[in-house]
Amino acid sequence: MLVLTQALYNEIRGHGEETYPHECCGILLGTENDRGWKIDAAVRAGNTRTDSAHNRYHIAPVELMKAEREARSRQLSIAGFYHSHPDHPAQWSQTDLEEAHWLGCSYVITAVEEGRAATTNSFRLIGSGEDDKHFAQEPIRIESNGISNQTQKEEN
Amino acid sequence: MNIFIPTPLRSYTGGKDAVDVQGATVAAALDALTADYPDLRKHLFSAEGKLRAFVNLYLNDEDVRYLDAKEATEIKAGDTLTIIPSIAGGGDAMVN
Repeated sequence: MLVLTQALYNEIRGHGEETYPHECCGILLGTENDRGWKIDAAVRAGNTRTDSAHNRYHIAPVELMKAEREARSRQLSIAGFYHSHPDHPAQWSQTDLEEAHWLGCSYVITAVEEGRAATTNSFRLIGSGEDDKHFAQEPIRIESNGISNQTQKEEN
Repeated sequence: MNIFIPTPLRSYTGGKDAVDVQGATVAAALDALTADYPDLRKHLFSAEGKLRAFVNLYLNDEDVRYLDAKEATEIKAGDTLTIIPSIAGGGDAMVN
């Protein structure tokens, strides 16, 4: 389960609307418990795939390193990543899986339809390595002031 | 030197997010790391012993692949090494 505040949820989805028709991407910082990640911050990243930004994204490694450093300074970890699928479903693609290497982390995808954020889904990368890695969808729980008000958030 | 371990690899370092190792070069430090934590090796290196393409290494603020000596770069006192897997994807090949 991925837990985050309404404000962070809105921020992630709003980023996808801002960059439409291009893909947005960012890094999620948080803490892990036995049920999954609780997100404390979303760090916007630039999409380096200017050659194909409508359907691909890539975060510069130096941005990842800076996010890792920020996480460390805040006693957090890189918990996962988010990106948008402009005019495509909020489902992982073969490209997403092939390029996913952060086992145990959450990959959040927002479908942005004609400029408006639609469904947001989260998938946890499961497996012991590159050979058996796979995505497993996980519920998203939105919390306001520490109180859960929704167990599965979907916008259709 | 201190090597910072990314989230997905901490399960192979007993949960540690940083490991202190000895080594004269980046490669030697990685060898020392994987000697202490053997299960890490397959996640960092291919079967041929080459660093996996998706594994980025930063010596302090410098991407090791752009340093003149690359992984043979010598380490100075106080240097840190950050291991950071790449992140990319996109909605161009939907499968489900």
